[in-house]
Amino acid sequence: MSAASQDAALESAAERPVGELGMWVFLATEVLFFGVLFCGYVVMRWYYPQGFAAASRHTDVVIGSANTAVLLTSSLTMALAVQSLQQGAARRTVWLLAATLLLGAAFLGLKLYEYRDDYLRHLVPWLDFVFPGRHAGGARLFFYMYFVMTGAHALHLTVGLGVVTVMIIGVARGAFSRERAAPVEVAALYWHLIDVVWIFLYPILYLVART
Amino acid sequence: MSNTDSYLGAGLRLRDWLTTTDHKRIAILYAMGITAFFFVGGAAATLIRLSLITPQGDLVSAETYNKLFTVHGVVMVWFFLIPSIPATLGNFLIPMMIGAHDVAFPRLNLLSWYLYMGGALFTVADLIIGGVDTGWTFYTPLSTMFSNTAVVAAVAGVFVVGFSSILTGLNFIVTVHRRRAPGMGWFRLPLFVWALYGTSLILVLATPVLAMTLVLLAAERLFGIGIFDPALGGDPLLFQHLFWFYSHPAVYIMILPAMGVVSEVIACFARKPVFGYRMMAYAIIGIASVSFLVWGHHMFVSGQSMYAGMVFSFLSYLVAVPSAIKVFNWTATLFRGSISFEAPMLYALGFIGLFMLGGLTGLYLAALALDVNLTDTYFVVAHFHYIMVGGSVMAYFAGIHFWWPKITGRMYPESWARLAAIAIFIGFNLTFFPQYLLGMEGMPRRYWEYDPQFQVLNVLSSAGAAILAGGYLLPALYLSWSLRYGPRAAANPWQATGLEWQTPSPPPEGNFPTTPRVVRDPYDYTPGNRDEAGAAMHPQAGP
Repeated sequence: MSAASQDAALESAAERPVGELGMWVFLATEVLFFGVLFCGYVVMRWYYPQGFAAASRHTDVVIGSANTAVLLTSSLTMALAVQSLQQGAARRTVWLLAATLLLGAAFLGLKLYEYRDDYLRHLVPWLDFVFPGRHAGGARLFFYMYFVMTGAHALHLTVGLGVVTVMIIGVARGAFSRERAAPVEVAALYWHLIDVVWIFLYPILYLVART
Repeated sequence: MSNTDSYLGAGLRLRDWLTTTDHKRIAILYAMGITAFFFVGGAAATLIRLSLITPQGDLVSAETYNKLFTVHGVVMVWFFLIPSIPATLGNFLIPMMIGAHDVAFPRLNLLSWYLYMGGALFTVADLIIGGVDTGWTFYTPLSTMFSNTAVVAAVAGVFVVGFSSILTGLNFIVTVHRRRAPGMGWFRLPLFVWALYGTSLILVLATPVLAMTLVLLAAERLFGIGIFDPALGGDPLLFQHLFWFYSHPAVYIMILPAMGVVSEVIACFARKPVFGYRMMAYAIIGIASVSFLVWGHHMFVSGQSMYAGMVFSFLSYLVAVPSAIKVFNWTATLFRGSISFEAPMLYALGFIGLFMLGGLTGLYLAALALDVNLTDTYFVVAHFHYIMVGGSVMAYFAGIHFWWPKITGRMYPESWARLAAIAIFIGFNLTFFPQYLLGMEGMPRRYWEYDPQFQVLNVLSSAGAAILAGGYLLPALYLSWSLRYGPRAAANPWQATGLEWQTPSPPPEGNFPTTPRVVRDPYDYTPGNRDEAGAAMHPQAGP
């Protein structure tokens, strides 16, 4: 090995990419973070199967399903955005990221509308909760978990919207490009996690008693 | 080397320190924080021990007593022990030991410190001004329904500090994967780095569970609905499962780094390679893995299923295997070594003895039938103090003394340090050994008053605590003194191996003038030869 290439090998240790591995580790923490909620959900559903079944019939399955479609599509546009950037198509990347942002915002808008509807139907468990039938106790806990879980998810999505906005600005200004695609790739990983979490939330909150 | 070329000389204004991204300076910032919190937690312990001198609880009221042991527990666990070795020595040493110029995410590292200080100061202020009487475990429904104290504020601070832990663990994992110098293969890593790697895995995978559990606890308290309070339809066992899913692995967050420090110190002062190096590394990962499967042994009498108890009991015994491997291997490292008794070595040897006693009494508590008698007695208190104070704090002091010359560029006064090590060892045993006996005789923990028959042992314990407190104050004094008056340290005062000794004391800003190349295995010591060790590891950056 020549002296020059040896020096290059020595210095390369400081240049190895760290962002992607860092994000994977962070996603592992997120899985454990949501894991607590899923665990709590499972235990409560074990105690109150009928309450949970009855309550899940009161969630808005139309909005829930629409939101699932919206979020899955946003993951598609996000994946395409990463691919475009890796191919050097910056302009297309900006459009695809903008589409991702819009779909994410649409999800959040629908979710807020659904919350408002839940409120009007007296389904917010710490306000004026009213639930007909014998299973009000279990239903109350179902809606508690529903708000905590979708709330935590919406919070993550809101952060995601901020991240995608930064990515749009970065790509538009040329700060992120084919040569420096890592930030967008890392942001995409995070976005997909939000999607994956929702894929688990959707059936356990909306489809329990609709099989 | 003069101070102006070192990391300590690069910018002396307060602003330079508060905006630094140098892992070495961040380590110093953490050290100041945890030292302050150590004395806050220690002051609470002092009041507890003073109060327990008499059986009637003469010194403080019952409410104050409950608040005192909560301050002691919360501060010592989350604001001292968890960050102690990882955030100070780990931050300082991991990049140096693997031949890196900094951690993978330097700015994230600084953010971790701000989260830590912000959350910890908030909670400590809350604990002192308002007070919380639930103990550090925040068990429901006491914490959610019955306690009239400032629980939500306290858990909010702990929640924030949790994110500091997560980010530190994340940073270390990525640093070890991506920033090793050429030639630094996984099995050339010093055991300290292995230990911190295992610790980081736990920090990253366990802390989120605590964070979310505390969110649910606060929500339950604020909204009057939740899944932990039986009166609300919830299950208090669920809280305990989730709490201990974090808090048992957290014990290994405290002890694994200590094992790492002790491995470095023992090898250096026995002038021998660590016996069974690979087995030591595997044992670290083994302990970290099994640590996630034993939480239920905290709940043997809480009403969990008997079969769950049996499985948890068996798995808890399993932890003894890798732990014993470590103790045996340290002993084998000492065998026929060229041993000398500098202060770090005294602390490290103290660690082995106290850790062993703490570990073996852990087996008593892992035994289902015996635990029914011993649970919630002073036996448990003595057991975990042997691990956390006799183990972790002793090792922390071993590490602080061992790397003091590297960190500060000054030597500490050796005879004072040895005196302190011995005082701490004696004071510790006098404080906590009587508590084993108290527990065997049935004195319950967390009680403000006790039966007069227990007074003799309690007075002994409090007397020991006075010696222990003196032992802890000594290093605070002589180490501060040495910052100004200590003789200047050479690059490698212990003739130790390891890359951190191959750069000046204190190190320059980027740690190494050029990225080092690693050509030897760790612990390349030859018994009896104190001069050659490690000299060829990095010839470019001698003193």
